[in-house]
Amino acid sequence: MEHIVIIGNGISGVTAARHIRKNSDKKITIISSETPYFFSRTALMYVYMGHMKFEHTQPYENWFWEKNNIELKQAFVEKIDTKNKRIFLKNEEVFTFDKLIIATGSKPNKFGWKGQDLKGVLGMYHKQDLENLETLAPDNKACNRAVIVGGGLIGIELAEMLRSRKIPVTFLVREASFWNGVLPAQESEMINKHILDHHIDLRLSTNLREIKEDKNGRVSSVIIEETGEEIFCNVVGLTAGVTPNIDFLKDSDIEIGRGVKVNRFLETNIQDIYAIGDCAEQHEAIGKRRNIEAVWYTGRMMGEALAQTICGNKTAYKPGHWFNSAKFLDIEYQTYGWVFSERNKKDNEVYFQWKHPTENICITISFDKDTRKFLGINTFGIRMRHQIFDRWLTENKSIEHVIEYLADANFDPEFYKLHEPEIIKKFNLENKTNILYRKKSWQRIFSKV
Amino acid sequence: MKRIKQFGLLLFLVGLTAFIATTFTGNFSLNQKELDNFLEAQNYKNEHIKGALEKAIVTDKKLTIFQFSSRVREAYKSANNHYYQLIEKYDSEKQWDKKGAQYQYLIFGKPHSVSFNIAKKAGKGFAVNNTLLAWFFSFGLGIIGALLFIIPDVILLGKPGIKNDGIFLSSATNRGWIGWFAFVFLVTFYILLYFYPDYIVNWVFLVDPISKFISGNPASQWFLYGFLYCVVMVVMAVRMYIKYRHNKYQILRTTSVLFFQIVFAFLIPEILVRFEKPWYDFKNAFPLDYDFFFQWNLKELINSGGFGLFILVWGIILTIVIVPLMVYFFGKRWYCSWVCGCGGLAETLGDPYRQLSSKTLFSWRLERIIIHSVLIFVLVMTGFALYTFFYGADQVLGIKTQTIQDIYGFLIGAIFAGVIGTGFYPIFGNRVWCRFGCPLAAYLGFVQRFKSRFRITTNGGQCISCGNCSTYCEQGIDVRAYAQKGENIVRSSCVGCGICSAVCPRGVLKLENGPEKGRINPTEILLGNDVDLLDLMNKK
Repeated sequence: MEHIVIIGNGISGVTAARHIRKNSDKKITIISSETPYFFSRTALMYVYMGHMKFEHTQPYENWFWEKNNIELKQAFVEKIDTKNKRIFLKNEEVFTFDKLIIATGSKPNKFGWKGQDLKGVLGMYHKQDLENLETLAPDNKACNRAVIVGGGLIGIELAEMLRSRKIPVTFLVREASFWNGVLPAQESEMINKHILDHHIDLRLSTNLREIKEDKNGRVSSVIIEETGEEIFCNVVGLTAGVTPNIDFLKDSDIEIGRGVKVNRFLETNIQDIYAIGDCAEQHEAIGKRRNIEAVWYTGRMMGEALAQTICGNKTAYKPGHWFNSAKFLDIEYQTYGWVFSERNKKDNEVYFQWKHPTENICITISFDKDTRKFLGINTFGIRMRHQIFDRWLTENKSIEHVIEYLADANFDPEFYKLHEPEIIKKFNLENKTNILYRKKSWQRIFSKV
Repeated sequence: MKRIKQFGLLLFLVGLTAFIATTFTGNFSLNQKELDNFLEAQNYKNEHIKGALEKAIVTDKKLTIFQFSSRVREAYKSANNHYYQLIEKYDSEKQWDKKGAQYQYLIFGKPHSVSFNIAKKAGKGFAVNNTLLAWFFSFGLGIIGALLFIIPDVILLGKPGIKNDGIFLSSATNRGWIGWFAFVFLVTFYILLYFYPDYIVNWVFLVDPISKFISGNPASQWFLYGFLYCVVMVVMAVRMYIKYRHNKYQILRTTSVLFFQIVFAFLIPEILVRFEKPWYDFKNAFPLDYDFFFQWNLKELINSGGFGLFILVWGIILTIVIVPLMVYFFGKRWYCSWVCGCGGLAETLGDPYRQLSSKTLFSWRLERIIIHSVLIFVLVMTGFALYTFFYGADQVLGIKTQTIQDIYGFLIGAIFAGVIGTGFYPIFGNRVWCRFGCPLAAYLGFVQRFKSRFRITTNGGQCISCGNCSTYCEQGIDVRAYAQKGENIVRSSCVGCGICSAVCPRGVLKLENGPEKGRINPTEILLGNDVDLLDLMNKK
């Protein structure tokens, strides 16, 4: 029987395993050193915050793996012998495979800061980071202040985590406004304010020079590049993005760039070896996506696609329209299609924006000013229906169409105030149009193309 | 703010202690005249009871309620014993007529309930003489303290939004010692309420003035329970309003259950009593209202003229027309989490414990077996009851209707619905009864699963499997399992509380009453992944 070995038990590897099992009875082994069982990485923050216990982050009960005949092996892979199809584990055990799936995900970036490996410095990515944080920052007595370096999604989540235990947080962000490489100014500014409202000491346009240690080899303070200011702290969170976790492949003949190089079928340069998820790097980017996509759901989709290939139905990884979501403290964010920040958008792309006068609710819709084609939408504090935007993007709907039928796409809970009439009013005013508000229609929502 | 909270907690604990301490206060005895009045009102034919009670409780001694209760129960037992001996005697002599004649002298009723009735007349001391003061120190301080503990959260919780911080780090909400203490307290309370009402007669004295004001009658232990139920719901609803102040669905839903509890379950029935009509809760549908078709109830309704008949017809229409029709349009949530009293308590008092419900496959299996067994039990029992009513026979197939009714009343009505249903909140989550025991939930569930417009819609590929939804599902549904597949959630047990949607950090879940078509949508490939679906289908 063909033996499929998967390195990594994150969403990509596990999805691949599950779908291979769905479609075949191949022998499957998942190797991971991080945890015995699959858990949802995105939920780690809620464990520290006390919203959940670690068990709750595990989508499958522990008996699931044995019942589905998926072997789990908790071990660290040291290197791979591609010629003889062998894997060397750290405990000197050797494993053979017929097909190998590399799904090792990523690890936090470190940019060679002085003191970046001190005790008290951590990323917020692995289960071990969580355990570290629990010992280093159990409360605001053991940790008088934490400094977070890097202004992405993990950074703001880490800040939220620490604030849930009343630990003072200084948040160093390189950009002039939070996440403004991705978000339009309107949104970015709203988030800046929201971060401050949560009593997080947000420092924009600020870089880290070095991390200083105390006499016990623990973090004692950080020095800011621009001002030379010293901020005393017990914990430093490094959240300046992630890189593929592929150090163990450096000496193998698998082609790597920043990640493991793969083609559209997720195949590496070596036959029968594949890479999926955060650690896979496309030779050429798909559409406007990046070559390496460290996004939860793309890992899932790669796992699904590769499982098809391995089970004899060769399937390319073809992600559909871009979408994503996040939560900035209390503000939910969803995006469908492409809305680039002012910095990155093309000349023909323009925004239509609306913001609630008092609440943290706003939208930006990006469209082509010549063809009027709808390109994408960012929503903050309003939930939208994925299915509708996916269809509108496929059907190349115009901005006017999107505005007119926006209520169909609203996914807020029942009884919530609808903002569509105001949004339409503003659009009409700015564009000298006369679009009328259309109530939500089930018929339209469920009509196929 | 923190200080106010601590002070509130302190006041609450003082109130709680005063409440508990009240049971041990006062003394109980009757003088001759009071006993005579009581016996006259009771109209016993038993000739021995007078002497027995005189010896037991007409005394100058300061009896505690426990001594008093034990004396009363002894007195009843000895008074009945005389006739039991006669029954035995005539039985062995085969003098059937004489034997049968003795039964009229026996005094029936549960010993502690009989004792409660006398204790209600016999109480003296603090709770009786200073009702208002005693009420203030127990109920009053409890309410004020709880509110002072809850209200500062408006500020302490920070900006509106889901704040479940520290729930699993707290002893009260993660089965720590506070949780276990609450468990012991609640279970004890229910055991006393259902089985030893005489021991808590002092509590009942505290609400006598309120009962007299509403219905004109002195309070029973059920009035006490109803009043306490409303008080607890109001206080905990304030907590709900603060915690979910960003969420209109939760605010409306909380207001609705509060309204139905106070007006329909508490005030209307009591006011009906004032107008000498049968006590009836118009929202309480059979089979949750399991004794609706019992002989005594049917007789009472029929004997109450036009109004009784109206109740009878309403009860039947509610069950066979309104309930399934509403479930078709709105799912069982319209009842379970917008109207029902049990649901109301679960959603207010029980909200802090919702994360403790078990989500294992094992408990799902158990749940389906138990809840459907209860439904079958109640239907069989109702069959028996109706047979008894129409044909006058007191047994069917050799099984006494009364026996079945007693078993159900004890096991399901008291132990399951009360002791386990509410008492187990701090350990097994807040909907233990709704999930495992409620026959109406089973009935509504069938309709919801197979013929309804209600579902929880999942939002394409946005789910990140974080598990907040499953963790906070009070009904133990593994919501995430559906959400991560992009599959609508159509489950019998879902009560539509909407918390899964509220706690979702990615806006994946939405409670909807949409068209029936497409409601059940097993998905092969999640939205966002552009495989050629036709191609995939052909290859299958």
